[in-house]
Amino acid sequence: MLTAIGVMVAIAVVTGLVLGWSAIRFKVEGNPLAEKIDAILPQTQCGQCGFPGCKPYAEAIAKGEADINQCPPGGEEGVKKLAELLGVEPKPLDEAHGTPKPKSVAFIDENTCIGCTLCIQACPVDAISGAAKQMHTIIAAECTGCELCLPPCPVDCITMVPIAEDLPHWKWKHPVVMLKQVEEEHA
Amino acid sequence: MSRELFKFKGGVHPPGHKSESNSRPIHAAPLPKKLVIPLRQHIGNPAKPVVEVGERVKKGQLIGEADGYISCAVHASSSGTVTAIDMQTMPHASGLPDLCITIETDGRDEWIAHAPLDYRAMVPAELRMRLRDMGIAGLGGAVFPSAVKLDPGAAQACPTLIINGGECEPWITCDDVLMRHRADEILQGVTVMRHLLGSTEILVGIEDNKPEAVAAMQAAAAKMDFAVEVVAVPARYPGGGAKQMIETLTGKQVPSGKLSTDIGIQVFNVGTTYALARAVHHGEPLISRLVTVTGHVLRPQNFEVLIGTPMHTLITLAGDRDGTTGVLMGGPMMGVPMPDLEVPVVKATNCILVKSNELFPPLPRALPCIRCTRCADACPAELQPQELFRFAKAGDFGRAQEYHLFDCIECGCCSYVCPSHIPLVDYYRYAKGEIWAREKEKRAADLARERHEFRLFRLEREKKEKAEKLAAKAQAKRAELAADPSASGAPDADAKKALIAAALARAQAKKAEVAPKNVDHLTPEQQHSIEEIEARRAKIRELAHQPLESEEKP
Repeated sequence: MLTAIGVMVAIAVVTGLVLGWSAIRFKVEGNPLAEKIDAILPQTQCGQCGFPGCKPYAEAIAKGEADINQCPPGGEEGVKKLAELLGVEPKPLDEAHGTPKPKSVAFIDENTCIGCTLCIQACPVDAISGAAKQMHTIIAAECTGCELCLPPCPVDCITMVPIAEDLPHWKWKHPVVMLKQVEEEHA
Repeated sequence: MSRELFKFKGGVHPPGHKSESNSRPIHAAPLPKKLVIPLRQHIGNPAKPVVEVGERVKKGQLIGEADGYISCAVHASSSGTVTAIDMQTMPHASGLPDLCITIETDGRDEWIAHAPLDYRAMVPAELRMRLRDMGIAGLGGAVFPSAVKLDPGAAQACPTLIINGGECEPWITCDDVLMRHRADEILQGVTVMRHLLGSTEILVGIEDNKPEAVAAMQAAAAKMDFAVEVVAVPARYPGGGAKQMIETLTGKQVPSGKLSTDIGIQVFNVGTTYALARAVHHGEPLISRLVTVTGHVLRPQNFEVLIGTPMHTLITLAGDRDGTTGVLMGGPMMGVPMPDLEVPVVKATNCILVKSNELFPPLPRALPCIRCTRCADACPAELQPQELFRFAKAGDFGRAQEYHLFDCIECGCCSYVCPSHIPLVDYYRYAKGEIWAREKEKRAADLARERHEFRLFRLEREKKEKAEKLAAKAQAKRAELAADPSASGAPDADAKKALIAAALARAQAKKAEVAPKNVDHLTPEQQHSIEEIEARRAKIRELAHQPLESEEKP
């Protein structure tokens, strides 16, 4: 009887020590789930979800404080991926947070720009170059199309330009397969 | 002596249709009035234009320079005037425009000064850069810059060099005709490649449906001072694919996701080898190539065509016929439909195949996949095309990648054998495009995340720096006051008072300096009257005090 208790206690102590040590040794920094969610989000940093950037939104989803359908730039596909990751049913995008738009980049009309730097301060990814009383310009390759620079502009010189399809960005379309031969049907 | 040959899996035997075009000699296409030369003819960065509109150019003059390591230069194919540098429709399945240089030819076809390269005296890296600047790219179809392929890299040498004269695709005969008529020059190109790659074994693989080409190459090889083995390989599509040719000749398979150089083998098309020979031994950049014009034309044949020649002029030369239903660039298996016939011949154009309903009847409608796996039997890349089709159709691209979608060479064997006539390759191309687009998006998202995080870090840092700067300034002021000897020992308030007094004195001195003085340079009379006035004032002041005393007195 005593031996049995002794053995059990010994096992409990050893396991406890191992667990305690590994909890310190293999501690995971940050929230791994939030990071996985953040990897799915499109990193537009537009704030349409109601959070100041993609990471805060990811953290909110991880904590269960936000729904998965608040990201219009991610689109239905993003919602589907999030649902798959979190093991929940996908749902349609919440219209209250906006609707998906074709991918665009901001464009500054350099004749109208007065060099106020307000858009530079608004850009979440530092994709606008310029200085006070100097003309500003968008670094198109780094613009996420978040539209955050539009409201602060006092002269409304920024427009969103949809990205046109050119040769390096062209991709094969889904094949169109004829389901019925119309001529045959008519003959 | 015959070499032991190996068999790659799969493959098909479509009717060859080679005899239509390979019996006529090479015919130089006449100089067109207008040449449209695209700057993106190769894989990698497009060339950068180095000429201006209105500029006179000579034949072989550099008009677009290579931009980066994986890039290639483009040259004027004939002499004339640059009339435009603008967007023109490209010979591409998309029909989208891209930047092209248009040259109006003057008919003189005047060469720029050029001389052969002394390649043995050149440093290999320098020679490769010269080849890049002469626009040499793979003419077998992929148009990969040859200079990159001629770099043996860390291995220092590539033991086996294979010259690919397979030309397995039906209808096309440009490599066949090139080997028949210009075998010696092809082997001169091999000399340079061998020099750069340090290869010890040179193999020339030619499908056995081209006996004349095999004989011509063997005759030329016998004249060389190094061993070149010309091997006739059994004709089976896609035996001319680089990976298939390697397997047939050496029995080695290129592992998935690796390059042939990883197993010590490099493959070049015969056309590329010929272009290289022209570049090194004659100093001529790549400005022309052989193009097969065949199919629904009166005189199918091979033309020596200047890059930039509009396709319709070649079809007219070969004799256009009524009933044309479309034009493919390339063969019937892998060719891409052309958006219109104004598009120019580019480095990738090996064949212009004119279609008609008799030669290429339209495909019957696609039926559902019955999972017969005939495609799997035919696939030379040993894939499961029926599964790839299922995943691509469903948009399950992750699974498609797991099934090695990117090992697909798009040869079209699966579509060829499919009893349901499903355009399988179109689905794979679609899936590949989607996967690439997603990867690009992912990279853009990663960049945006990084930049956003850096911005947050920067704002935080700026705030901290500002606070630190203010604190440091205050500290410095205090230290300065503490170090001041006049203030040392005296209490703070006194030091401050002294400072204020000093500042006041300075200000007064300054004011006195600046204030106008009307009492300088006075005449004695003026001085006298001033003194009188002053004396009166003093007296009045005195008097002003006295009545007080007199009031007290009474």
